[in-house]
Amino acid sequence: MLIYTLQRIGLAILICITSMCLLFGALHLIPGDLATIMLGSRATKEMRDNLNHEMGLDRPVPVQLAKFLGRIVQGDLGSDPVTKRSVATIIMENLPYTLVLILTALGWSAALGIPLGCYSAIRRNSWIDRVTGVISVGTISIPSFVVAIYALLLFAIQVNWFPVIGAGDPGNLGDQIWHLVLPSFAVGLGWVGYLARLVRASMLEVMGEHHVRTARAFGLPEAKIILHYALRIAILPTITMLALAIGGLLSSAVFAENIFARPGIGKLIVDAAYLHNYPVVQGAVLTTVALFALAMPIADLLIAWLDPRVRATF
Amino acid sequence: MSAQPSDALAPVELIPEAPGFLISIVRRLRGDPLGLLGLLIVLTVIVLAIIGPSIAPYSPFKIKVPERFMPPTLLALVGGGDGVHGTFSHVFGTDNLGRDVFSRVLAGTQIALGVGGGSIAIALVIGLMLGLIAGYGPRWLDNFLMLLFDSIYSFPTVILGLTVMTLLGPSIPTLMFVVVVIQTPAYGRLIRTATLATKSSEYILAIRSLGSSPGRILLVHILPNIIGPLFIVASMDIPSVIALEAGLTYLGLGIPPPAPSWGRILQEGFESIRDAPWIVVAGGIPLILTTLGFTFLGESLRDLLDPKLRRIV
Repeated sequence: MLIYTLQRIGLAILICITSMCLLFGALHLIPGDLATIMLGSRATKEMRDNLNHEMGLDRPVPVQLAKFLGRIVQGDLGSDPVTKRSVATIIMENLPYTLVLILTALGWSAALGIPLGCYSAIRRNSWIDRVTGVISVGTISIPSFVVAIYALLLFAIQVNWFPVIGAGDPGNLGDQIWHLVLPSFAVGLGWVGYLARLVRASMLEVMGEHHVRTARAFGLPEAKIILHYALRIAILPTITMLALAIGGLLSSAVFAENIFARPGIGKLIVDAAYLHNYPVVQGAVLTTVALFALAMPIADLLIAWLDPRVRATF
Repeated sequence: MSAQPSDALAPVELIPEAPGFLISIVRRLRGDPLGLLGLLIVLTVIVLAIIGPSIAPYSPFKIKVPERFMPPTLLALVGGGDGVHGTFSHVFGTDNLGRDVFSRVLAGTQIALGVGGGSIAIALVIGLMLGLIAGYGPRWLDNFLMLLFDSIYSFPTVILGLTVMTLLGPSIPTLMFVVVVIQTPAYGRLIRTATLATKSSEYILAIRSLGSSPGRILLVHILPNIIGPLFIVASMDIPSVIALEAGLTYLGLGIPPPAPSWGRILQEGFESIRDAPWIVVAGGIPLILTTLGFTFLGESLRDLLDPKLRRIV
């Protein structure tokens, strides 16, 4: 078990390092020099040299890579050339907003999608099952940013139920939740159908297994069989999916944050991208990669903890 | 109950060779209304992309500032066409520069399909080659490629797209490059797994012992056996690639103006969402319909042609 855990964490770290090297490589392979891109074509040579020196771009490439990796290990993501503040600080200010948005979206979509999938599996081929099937495919394929724009048009502009922009008054929890409704709706909508389909498929598989049949033979009540014996196993693939979903959720969050003008990592990246503020883009991107890479081993361990059969194979 | 169990138990025909292939698919889709709907939408979108420029009532670039923010025909039917409620000359109304939204939406079809289909085709070829190399080549190369694929995979797609677009500057080739980078690992992985499974089979061993070169074994003997599922997976990726193109363009980091991508129409419409909500509605609906159409069709095709894939995808 310990070896397995270490292996998973090791792989996550290796993926993080490779991603950093890819980012670093991309930075050096681009045509033209970074200082010109960041400062624009009207910058003087002196300004460019200054920025290059400030960012350490005038040193040999291997030295830069070593320094770059070394600094990141210490949690130093460099400093923002525009505001001169530490990139790590800027990210820590924005990250909570994104995490709250993603977790709320995941929460409501799981609360709706898992029971829906469960019900579809038990009442297979009923009209609820069929409608759920069609709606699932539909909501999965609609781009989340169109959902966000339409939700904003409908619920915040046409009927004035929800606020249009921002994340709400920092001291006022109710106001913050109020501002969270539409963005988390847009981010989570596609996942309702996805989770329902996933849970349905794995429930159908589990309901045919021996231990469920045994439980039936013992005459246990159907509700107990479904909740304690079937769903407990059927939920496991969903946990892996939820960890994989972090990437998709972060992508949706980029749109939701920009459309609803909410602070967060996604808005930070887009705003920095407009200004060609590369250090901020780089820091924010690395943060999202790290989130994703770490979510996988956590999900694996969670599954091992929940399913004694998986634990036994270690 | 006197119904005869005739059709249901009749032996299922195998998919015939090229000439009857499309007809056979349509025939098989008949029992699947969603799949048929998907096929209908996809065919319509393809036809519109081809004939769009010739049926568009106006040029998608023609600026006519005095006619800005003219409401669409639907509002005219409600309000009587008095110019406030809508006009009959612009079906989807006009945008902030007086351009005809309907003509722009039509022109956007070409961009969506062109960029989506083109970049997926390139990603298919590259993914295929890398997958074959990873599956058949030495172990270290396999490990290296897998680590590379996993690392690319760990970037959230939109965020990877934003990063590359920031570095290289928004343009159609850059956008296609982004799609290729994002999609290649998925195809590479699929082909690698299939190659690994195939290369230890006996007929490959027999060909190898006859002295066939690795290139010949890969291209002539392994490739035809594993390529089928790849096309199904790729066709199911078209909606997400179209959405990615529109999304990045919406954020201003995709296809540069004035090209009328659906994402651009949505972005320009969003700026005047209070005064002219019909622009975002007209820009979003073709995007929703196209992604729905491709998804419905892709799901049906997958179930029809390769039920095994159901578990993988």
